[in-house]
Amino acid sequence: MNIHEYQAKEIFRKYGIPIPPGEVATTAEEAEKIARKFDTTVVVKAQVHAGGRGKAGGVKLAQTAQEAKAVAAQILKLSIKGLPVQKILVTPAAEIASEAYVGIIVDRASKRAVFMASAAGGIDIEEVAAKTPEKILRHPVDPRYGLQAFEAMQLAFFLYSDVKQVRAAAKILQQLYKAFAENGGSLAEINPLVTTPAGDVVALDAKMVIDDNELDRRPDIAALRDESAEAPSEVEARKANLTFIKLDGNVGCVVNGAGLAMATMDLVKYYGGDPANFLDIGGSSNPEKVVSALRIITSDPNVKTILFNIFGGITRTDDVANGIVTAIKQNPLKVPLVIRLTGTNEELALKILKDNGMSAMTDMDEAVKKAVALATGGKAA
Amino acid sequence: MSVFIDSDTRLLIQGITGRDGSFHARQMIEYGTKVVGGVTPGKGGQKFEDSVPIFNTVAGAVRETEANATVIYVPPPFAADAMMEAADAGVSFIVCITEGVPVLDMTRVYPFVKERGSRLLGPNCPGLISPGQSKVGIIPGRICTPGPVGLVSRSGTLTYEVVYQMTRANIGQTTCVGIGGDPINGTNFIDCLDAFEKDSATQAVVMIGEIGGTDEQEAARFVKEKMTKPVVGFIAGQTAPPGRRMGHAGAIISGSAGTAAEKMQAFEENGVGVAKRPIDVVELLKRAMR
Repeated sequence: MNIHEYQAKEIFRKYGIPIPPGEVATTAEEAEKIARKFDTTVVVKAQVHAGGRGKAGGVKLAQTAQEAKAVAAQILKLSIKGLPVQKILVTPAAEIASEAYVGIIVDRASKRAVFMASAAGGIDIEEVAAKTPEKILRHPVDPRYGLQAFEAMQLAFFLYSDVKQVRAAAKILQQLYKAFAENGGSLAEINPLVTTPAGDVVALDAKMVIDDNELDRRPDIAALRDESAEAPSEVEARKANLTFIKLDGNVGCVVNGAGLAMATMDLVKYYGGDPANFLDIGGSSNPEKVVSALRIITSDPNVKTILFNIFGGITRTDDVANGIVTAIKQNPLKVPLVIRLTGTNEELALKILKDNGMSAMTDMDEAVKKAVALATGGKAA
Repeated sequence: MSVFIDSDTRLLIQGITGRDGSFHARQMIEYGTKVVGGVTPGKGGQKFEDSVPIFNTVAGAVRETEANATVIYVPPPFAADAMMEAADAGVSFIVCITEGVPVLDMTRVYPFVKERGSRLLGPNCPGLISPGQSKVGIIPGRICTPGPVGLVSRSGTLTYEVVYQMTRANIGQTTCVGIGGDPINGTNFIDCLDAFEKDSATQAVVMIGEIGGTDEQEAARFVKEKMTKPVVGFIAGQTAPPGRRMGHAGAIISGSAGTAAEKMQAFEENGVGVAKRPIDVVELLKRAMR
C-alpha cells in the first residue's frame, strides 16, 4: 500500500527524525492560508501515489501567500501518471547546502532489508545508481539485531565528513530503520536528506510503502489508505478481493492467477489484440467475485469483448460458470463473451453454461484468437 | 527418480484440520502421498478421517512418525511460526502454501530455517509433484504424467497450463516445482535447476518466470555455466505496463527494471530456449530432447 508524503512524514516525525513543519490543503484558498501562517517562502507539493512529481510540475516554490494560492491552483489541476492531484502539502522552503539519499528496501537477493546511502541525492538518484554505482553504499541489516549504532555510523560517514553531521545522520538512519520495521514497511526513503547552511541535517521528503500483508495486523496503518487517490475501478476490485489494473485496450480479461493473467494478456497481444485490463480473480473464486469482475470490466466503455480464461485448480470452474450466469442475469452483456475453462469440475461447468445457452472452449490459444477476432472485427488473428 | 520428493517421502500436514488443509490432505492421500501425520495444537490424539494421527506439535509428530517433510496450510499470521517450528523439529523439507506472509517475517524465517539445515519451498507457492509418486501441495494430480522433464515455476495456474499442454503432447514430468512469487522464498530457480541437473531421470528442464526482480537472469547464467541438460523458458508479463512505481530503491537495488524483454534476452544469451507462448514450450522441448 502506498501512503502519501505527508503521512510518511508524520510517521517519521514520531520517530524523532527532523522534518520541517507542513500542512495539507485540498483547495488553493487553504494553501494560501497555510502559506500566510508560515510567513516565508513555501514549497507546494502534489500528494499523489506516483513518482516523478517534480518533473511533472507537481512541486513548486512560492515566495508569497498570493503566489502559493496561484501555484496550488495549478497543481490541483494536474494529473500525474493518470492520477488527479487532490491534496497538496505546503511546507516552508529550506535552504540547502547538500542533498543526500537514504533508503531501505526488502531485497530479494540478500533476503534482508537493505540500506542504501548516497551523497549524490536528489531527483537524479536512479541515474547516479546506473552510471556511478560506486557512489551508492549498500548495507544489509540483520533482522535479529536491527541497525546497530556502528553500522549507522559507517553509512553516515559515507555521506558526510563533518562529525556533527555524521552523528546526526546516524541517528536518523537508526530511527528510519525502526520506523520501517515497526510499521510493516516494504520501502522507506528520504530523498533528499539535506544539510542546511547552518549545518543541520533535515529530511525534506519522505516516502513509505507498506507491505499489504501487514495491514491485517496493523489497523492504524491500514487506516492511512487514501481511496480518493486511487483509480475508482481499482478500489472496487480491492473491495471484492480482486486484483485489477486498467489498461488501454479493448479485450476485457478475467483470469485466475497472476501468472496466467499476464500470459493471457501477452497472448492477446501476440494474436494482434490489445488487453483492456489485468484482472486476477484469485484462488478460491466464489460466484460473487465473478459478478464483481464482470461489473468492473463492463464499466469500461472501451471493452469490445470479454475473455474468461480459467484453469481450475483450487478454483472450481463450476463456481465461475455460476458467477457468469448470475452476472448476466442481473446485467445482460452488450459485448460478446468468450469463455475458456478447464480443470476442476469442468464437466459440471460446461453443463451449467449449456443449460443457460452459453458454451465454452478448452484451448487457451483458440479462445484468445476468437476474442481478438471479435474485438477487432476480424481484422487481426 | 525425481527431485525433493518421491514415493518414500513421509509427509506431515500442519493445519490438517483447517478448511484448506483438510481438503488438500484428502487430495494428497488420494494421489498416493504417504501422509504420516497432521499437526493442530489442541487436537493431539485425535485422528483425521479415522486414519491419520494428529499431534499437538511438530516435534511430537516427528518423534512418532519419522516424517521427513511437512506442508503448511495455516493462516498468514501463524505461518512464520509454523515454518520455524518445523525446522526446529528437524524436518528436512518444508513446503509453505500459505499466501500473505509478511515479508519482514520472512527475513527472520529464512536464516532460522537455513541455520537448521532444512530446505524451505515457498511461501505462497502451489507446492510440488513427482507424478506417479507423491504430491505435496495443491497442484492438480490429473494434469501431470510421469516422464523425463523437470519443471520449475514462479507462478501457480500458469504452471498448470504449461504442464497440461505438455501432458497433452505426451511429454511427462519427473517433478514439477512451484517456488512461489513472494520476494523472499526458501527455494529459488537455481536450487531447482541444480537439483534437476543432478537427477538422473531428468533429461530437460522448463523454467517459467515472471516480470520483476533478477532471479531469472541469474538462473539463465547458471544454465550456461553449470548445466549440461537443455532448458527452455517462458516469461509472463511481456505486455505488462510499467507500474506507478513509488520511490527509487527498487531500481537502485537490483540495477534492473525486471522487464520480460530483459529476462528473455538473458535466456537467449545463455542458451535457454525462449517460448513466446506457453504452447511453444512443447515444440522447444521436443526439439531439445531429439
